[in-house]
Amino acid sequence: MNSNGTPKEKFTFSDSEKVEKILSQYPDKKSATLPLLHLAQSEKAYISSSVINTVAHLVDCHPAVVMDCVSFYTMLYTKPHGRHIIQVCQTLSCSLNGADTLVDHMTGKYGIKPGETTTDERFTLMKVECLGSCGTAPVVQVNKVYHEDLSKEKFDDLLESLK
Amino acid sequence: MKSFKPILTEHIHQKDCHTLSFYKSVGGYSALEKVLKMNPENVIQEVKESNLRGRGGAGFSTGVKWGFIPKDSPKPTYLINNADESEPGTFKDRLLMNKAPHQMLEGMIISAYAIGCHKSFIYIRGEFYKEYKMLETAIAEAVGNNILGKNILGSNYDLDVVIHRGAGAYICGEETGLIESLEGKRGWPRTKPPFPAIEGYLQCPTIVNNVETLSCIPHIMNYGADWFKSIGPEKGPGPRLFCISGCVNNPGVYEEPMGVSLKELIFERAGGIRNGKQLKAVFPGGSSSAILTADEALDVKMDFEDLVAKKSMLGSAGVIVMDETVDMVQACLNIARFYAHESCGQCTPCREGTAWLEKMLTRLVNGGGKPQDIDMLFEITDNIGGLIDFSKGSFGKTICPFGEAVAWPVRSFVEKFKDEFLKYLPQETVVA
Repeated sequence: MNSNGTPKEKFTFSDSEKVEKILSQYPDKKSATLPLLHLAQSEKAYISSSVINTVAHLVDCHPAVVMDCVSFYTMLYTKPHGRHIIQVCQTLSCSLNGADTLVDHMTGKYGIKPGETTTDERFTLMKVECLGSCGTAPVVQVNKVYHEDLSKEKFDDLLESLK
Repeated sequence: MKSFKPILTEHIHQKDCHTLSFYKSVGGYSALEKVLKMNPENVIQEVKESNLRGRGGAGFSTGVKWGFIPKDSPKPTYLINNADESEPGTFKDRLLMNKAPHQMLEGMIISAYAIGCHKSFIYIRGEFYKEYKMLETAIAEAVGNNILGKNILGSNYDLDVVIHRGAGAYICGEETGLIESLEGKRGWPRTKPPFPAIEGYLQCPTIVNNVETLSCIPHIMNYGADWFKSIGPEKGPGPRLFCISGCVNNPGVYEEPMGVSLKELIFERAGGIRNGKQLKAVFPGGSSSAILTADEALDVKMDFEDLVAKKSMLGSAGVIVMDETVDMVQACLNIARFYAHESCGQCTPCREGTAWLEKMLTRLVNGGGKPQDIDMLFEITDNIGGLIDFSKGSFGKTICPFGEAVAWPVRSFVEKFKDEFLKYLPQETVVA
C-alpha cells in the first residue's frame, strides 16, 4: 500500500475473454462479483487490495463494497497461505468419525495448529464447518478436492503425496 | 420392510448415468417435450395438485410458491436452483448433481417454463467444485442438443442456465440470503414480505427451489399428480432422499417414500448402530431439528406431520445418529459452535446469542460451569428463537429462521439430557 491507501501494484485478469463472459451472464454487473473474485483467487491465490480495486472497477462499485462482500465468505482469502490448504471438517458427523484425530495427527507431524502454515509454505491447516459429505465422514478438502472416508493412515498417505 | 423402487436415484449405480445419452436412453427429457406443448398454467396446477413440498428444509408447497408469481409483471422472472447444500447431516443434492444432473436440469427447464422464466441460476456451494464441473458439462450437453438455449426443442421457448458458485456461507442456503449473495453482497437474509416471488433477485419475481425438489418435477409431469400423491402421506407425499450419517454401520443416502419409519431407516437401511452399541439420540432432519431420544426415534414416521407432532421437524431429512458412547454435552457444543460460526451477524439476538451458547458450553465442558448456566442456556435459546410453541409456530425474533435453527436443537439437548449437563458442573457448586 502507498500512504494514500492505493495499492502499489495493479491486478489485471490474465484472460479478459473469461472476464467478459462472466459479466455477460448476469443482468447486472454487481452479480458478477463472486465469480470474478473466484477467478482472481484462482490466479493470484488470495484477494489482495489490488484485486478488490480491479473487481470493483469491473462491477462498477466502490472497493469498500467488494471488501464487505469478501469479508463475509470463508472461501475468499485475504492473505497468502500454503500451497495445499488442508480443510478438516469438524461438524458432528465428521467429529463422531474421528475428525479430531486427523487434526491432531497433522499438528503432531507438521507442527501446525489450525489456522497456521508450515514454514516451508507446504501446508495450511484449517478446521472448517460441514462440507456436506457426512455419509463418508471424516472428510478433508484439499484445495478444491474432497477426500472422503479417511483414516489416520489414509490421511497420512494423502499428506505425504502433496509436495 | 416393503421394498420401494427408487424414483430419483433409480439409475445412480449405472455406468455413465450422468450423461445426456444415458438419461435419454431411460426416457429422460420426455416430460419436457410433453410440457412444452402445455399451457404453463396447467403445469403449475399439476405440481400444485401433486402436493410436492420443498425438499430443502422448510417444506413449503412448491406449486403454491410458483402460484405467487404475479401474472402481469413487466419485469423478468427468475428461477434459482438452490444447490447450496450445507445443513449438517445432509448430502443428497450433491449425489443428485453427481449422478443425475440431467434429471435436475429437466426439472429446472420445466419449472422455468411454468413460471415464465428465461434466465435461471444454479447457486451451488463453492466447496462443491467437482459438482460444479459436472453441471458445466451437463449444461453444455443440453445446449448442444437444443434442450437449453434458444427455441428449445422447436417450441419457441428460450432458457439460459448460469451456474453461480457460492463462497462458503451456510446462510446462503436461506433463499433471501442466497438472493443477496447472488447480487454480489454478503448473504444477509431479507425481511419478508415481500416474498421473493414478488420481489426477489434484482427486485424481480423469483422462485428459489431445491435440487431434490426440482428433480421430482419431471416424474410428476410424466406420471401425474395422483401417482405422486399415492407415494406416502397425501399431504406431503413423494419419494424422499434420507441421508444417514453418524454412528451407523452403513451411512449413505437412501430413497424411501415419505413417511417411512425412522427405525427402519436406521436399523434396516443403514445397518443399525456400529460396534454393537445402543442408540442414544437422533437428529431427524439436519442439525436444525430438535433431537429425538432413542425411544422417540424408534416410534416416529419420517414425514412432515409426525415429526412436528414429536416437536421436531423433517427439515432436510439429514439423519444424524448418535450412539450410547456420544457425550451429549460435547455434541451440543459441536452444533452450537457450528451456528456461532455460521450466524451471519445481522440480527443481534442470533449474533450475540450463538456466541454466548458456544462460550458457555465450552466453559461447561472445561469444568468452569455454574449452576445457573442450565437456566441461562434455556433463556438464551428463548432470546434467539422465541418461545417454542409448535402448535402456533414460533417465528419472529430474527429476520430468518436461523434463530429457530439454533434454538431448537440446543434446547432439545439440554431438556432431554439434562443429567449429562449437570454432571459437568464442578461438584462443589452443586447444591444437593
